[in-house]
Amino acid sequence: MRIFEDQNNTKTKLSMTDEVKVIEIKKSIFEDNEKDADALRAELKRKGVFLLNLMSSPGSGKTTTLIQTIGLLKDKLRLAVMEADIDSDVDARKIKEATGIPSIQLHTGGMCHLDAEMTRQGLDHVALDGLDLVILENVGNLVCPAEFDTGSVKNAMILSVPEGHDKPLKYPLMFSICDVVVINKMDVLPYFDFDPEKCKEYVHMRNPKAQVIPICAKTGEGVEVFAQWLEDEVKQWKQQ
Amino acid sequence: MHELGIVFYIIKDVKQAALDNAVSKVSGVVMNIGEVSTIVPDYLQDCWRWAADKEDLLKGAELKINTIPAVTYCEDCHSEYGTVEHGKICPYCGSEHTYLLRGNEVEIKEIEVPNQ
Ligand SMILES: Nc1nc2c(ncn2[C@@H]2O[C@H](COP(=O)(O)OP(=O)(O)OP(=O)(O)O)[C@@H](O)[C@H]2O)c(=O)[nH]1
Ligand SMILES: [Mg+2]
Ligand SMILES: [Zn+2]
Ligand SMILES: [Zn+2]
Repeated sequence: MRIFEDQNNTKTKLSMTDEVKVIEIKKSIFEDNEKDADALRAELKRKGVFLLNLMSSPGSGKTTTLIQTIGLLKDKLRLAVMEADIDSDVDARKIKEATGIPSIQLHTGGMCHLDAEMTRQGLDHVALDGLDLVILENVGNLVCPAEFDTGSVKNAMILSVPEGHDKPLKYPLMFSICDVVVINKMDVLPYFDFDPEKCKEYVHMRNPKAQVIPICAKTGEGVEVFAQWLEDEVKQWKQQ
Repeated sequence: MHELGIVFYIIKDVKQAALDNAVSKVSGVVMNIGEVSTIVPDYLQDCWRWAADKEDLLKGAELKINTIPAVTYCEDCHSEYGTVEHGKICPYCGSEHTYLLRGNEVEIKEIEVPNQ
């Protein structure tokens, strides 16, 4: 058995069997993304731009919540939005029409999540100079966006009432990486057997530090709590 | 589809490893895939065949999957148990204070190179 040093200085072992040589790799496929994400975070820190990664299932209310949140924050913070979608630009146009703030559409080309490299490519199209905050609307999906660090400073997710209060049990990783869990569509609570207390309890089983914020994005009720959290986080981070 | 994205990451890493080891042909890639990693092995195979055959380095290369059983640890009674059968609740003491020890790996274990 010979040992090679590769360029990244990780050891790859080479062993011989009869028909094939085996090169041992032992590398998680998430490893490169984690490095890219850390590099992007450091770069954004130097530029003073806070990146929020907003995730949810399809249709939970990311775009509606963003429009309400932007309305509350746009006089306080200079912000932009990046919309990731498999293949459309409906959300980016909606944000721009409703709020007037710059919004760009990222196409993931069929991919069900964004990774740090795709996020960086998207940010290249955003005029970052003088911005305080970029909000990324990730692809609607509770599974793999949780596995791929985008380089964000904070992660937030939206769970809507019709999806049921047991989602934290079914998608543990998503809930464990989110700093905030917004519960949206509180207006339809009477029609569903969604138990907000049970939901909160399940969220805290996954992540005791997560803040749970019930809202109705349609009317804007409760959105001020989320907007305040975000404003405080951005200001605190900028002072660090 | 999630698995296709995963296949692109695998191909990227295998290409790098081939370059580092001056290898021009790969005949097999062995993966460690955890039971609760959210990856469906059959889909992964399908995506692999489609994407790998587009690469000279990987044309015809076989994807071999080692499944890593998922094991959860109970903080209250310090036992280990199978995650897939019992989930989050410890079957020995009923506690919910448990965490996953292993079983969410998506890891390239090794690559196989034809012996000239
Ligand atoms: N009843 C009710 N409907 C809402 C609320 N918030 C959003 N909706 C509706 O839910 C649907 C989806 O909302 P979006 O904001 O587009 O959701 P999204 O998460 O951005 O969706 P995708 O980008 O497609 O994943 C729309 O028809 C909204 O009008 C709410 O608080 N109450
Ligand atoms: Mg949307
Ligand atoms: Zn994915
Ligand atoms: Zn136990």
